[in-house]
Amino acid sequence: MTANSVLSRPASRRPLTWGTPLTYALALAVAAVSIAPIVYVIVGGFRTTPQIVADPAGLPDPWVWDNYARVLTQSDFWRQAFNSAVIALGTTLGVVVLGLCAAFVIARYTFRGREALHTFFTLGLLFPAGAAILPLYLMLRDLNLINSYYAVILPQVAFSLPITIVILRPFLSAIPRELEDAAAIDGADRLGFLWRIVLPLSRPALVTVGILAFVASWNAFLLPLLVLGDANLHTLPLGVQNFSSQYTTDTAGVLAFTSLAMLPALLFFTLAEKQIVGGLQGAVKG
Amino acid sequence: MTSTDQTRFPAGGVSAPPAGLRPAARPSARRAQTRRKWYEIVGLTTPALVVYVTFVLVPMGFAFYYSLFRWRGVGPPTEYVGFKNYVLAFQDPIFLDALRNNAIVVFGSLLIQGPIALGVALLLNRRFRGRSTFRLLAFVPYVLAEVTVGIMWKLILTGDGTVDVLLRAVGLGGFVQAWLADLDVVIWTLLFVLTWKYVGFAIILLLAGLSNVPDELTEAAAIDGASWWQIQRHITLPLLGPTIRIWMFLSMIGSLQVFDVVWVTSVPAVRSLGASATMATYMVDNGFFARLWGYGNAVAVILFVISFVAALLFQRFLLRRDIEGAITRRAN
Repeated sequence: MTANSVLSRPASRRPLTWGTPLTYALALAVAAVSIAPIVYVIVGGFRTTPQIVADPAGLPDPWVWDNYARVLTQSDFWRQAFNSAVIALGTTLGVVVLGLCAAFVIARYTFRGREALHTFFTLGLLFPAGAAILPLYLMLRDLNLINSYYAVILPQVAFSLPITIVILRPFLSAIPRELEDAAAIDGADRLGFLWRIVLPLSRPALVTVGILAFVASWNAFLLPLLVLGDANLHTLPLGVQNFSSQYTTDTAGVLAFTSLAMLPALLFFTLAEKQIVGGLQGAVKG
Repeated sequence: MTSTDQTRFPAGGVSAPPAGLRPAARPSARRAQTRRKWYEIVGLTTPALVVYVTFVLVPMGFAFYYSLFRWRGVGPPTEYVGFKNYVLAFQDPIFLDALRNNAIVVFGSLLIQGPIALGVALLLNRRFRGRSTFRLLAFVPYVLAEVTVGIMWKLILTGDGTVDVLLRAVGLGGFVQAWLADLDVVIWTLLFVLTWKYVGFAIILLLAGLSNVPDELTEAAAIDGASWWQIQRHITLPLLGPTIRIWMFLSMIGSLQVFDVVWVTSVPAVRSLGASATMATYMVDNGFFARLWGYGNAVAVILFVISFVAALLFQRFLLRRDIEGAITRRAN
């Protein structure tokens, strides 16, 4: 409960009370619409395909573990999970490091062209990755990066930079000037200030930005679809798609594979939800 | 730096004065300091700039160049055709279908997700025990991968599948459709799946916006005897304006680019007839898979220009609205 009660304000002045029955009825309806299909997929993975064909809306009878066991003993699944993890971690690291450095300069240095630089990065918000995917593929092909982790990581970092800088800049600007002066008195130059003061202080914003980048990368489909032709480099979304089109008659297997593929994202989000929503509060201040 | 800093740090102290506070006494020292500052600025921004320019800005330039050629992607493009690819695209009924489908998704998402998200956000913004759990559950679809969502709904909506069986069980068998195969129905099915997937994003944003509405305002109104509805209508909603506009903007751009869910959920044959094609799936089908690289890049440029113009118009509209609000408020 403590992990979930994060969205309520830290020191609510009024204690939480039980809501009205209508409130709960509506909230339950919302929850049901959100998770019923997901529960269906997870539970469906415990049935056999003949069971599903005979009664698509039924419950497992008996419960079978075979589908999940089959997926988990497949080397494909683990390799795809590994590839997804490498690419998502690489993307997150790149976004956070490059974004922090650029946002730090824009937020804490006074120089001619600073606003122009900020606008230049913000312009990237108008260049959606979806539209650029074909020329991006051609460019990666010319750079001999096709079928490598970099072919996914580098463009993902690039397209995440604008929003990262937009989120980080106000956060870094808000760090009091006195702290920078105090650091200077203690002998830190501006890079030392970045490393010792800004980095720890901006952890919440960095975590938000990092989580957004990680989840986006973990779920990415279009870019990996085009640039990762080599099946050994396939990520989980590609794996799920391939599995479902390859074994169309094995409905139970597809359900089990799909469930296992969405599990990491669900766990990750449950643990990190506080950070995402907390971090966005600053961003939507308007 | 300020004068007090200078008095605290006379030039030529025993330990080297920190860069940020070095007094500007000697011109050479100041010049070294300025040079050092520029080294830092350039050093810290160059990696981000290089990656950003290379992978975000440059490809769109190339797209325009390639779009002027008839080109199968092998060797350099040589067969210059001018703007013929653009003309061909707007003459292709499938592409026009894709445009119409994108319009359906853009407006359908705004009109359906907006009210739902607002209602759910207001509901989950009330204080009651267990609301954080309900919030978490409402967000879940947004976190799932598009591919997962697509395959999930494809299995559920399949002929004589779960949805059909459930509809028949409650006596609504007459409503059963070929959800993903009927050419007139499929785009609305996709709109439903997209709504299910992305309404959680609107809820997250709106809840974040709602948490910025000061309790003092709503409490004061409650003391003055305003009902819950009156408070939402006259205090919360107006203060939520900027958040709603940010969401509308992001939703619009996302809807114009929509690819993953459509690609995974819809059958290729249905897509190739245009019934479930969007600009992005049309572009990938023709450019990447059919290897019509010049043509595909022309579609990419069209998609980009439409998104760009829509974004600029929206921002201009927003900007005007917000400025007007500020001015009238000041005048009052």
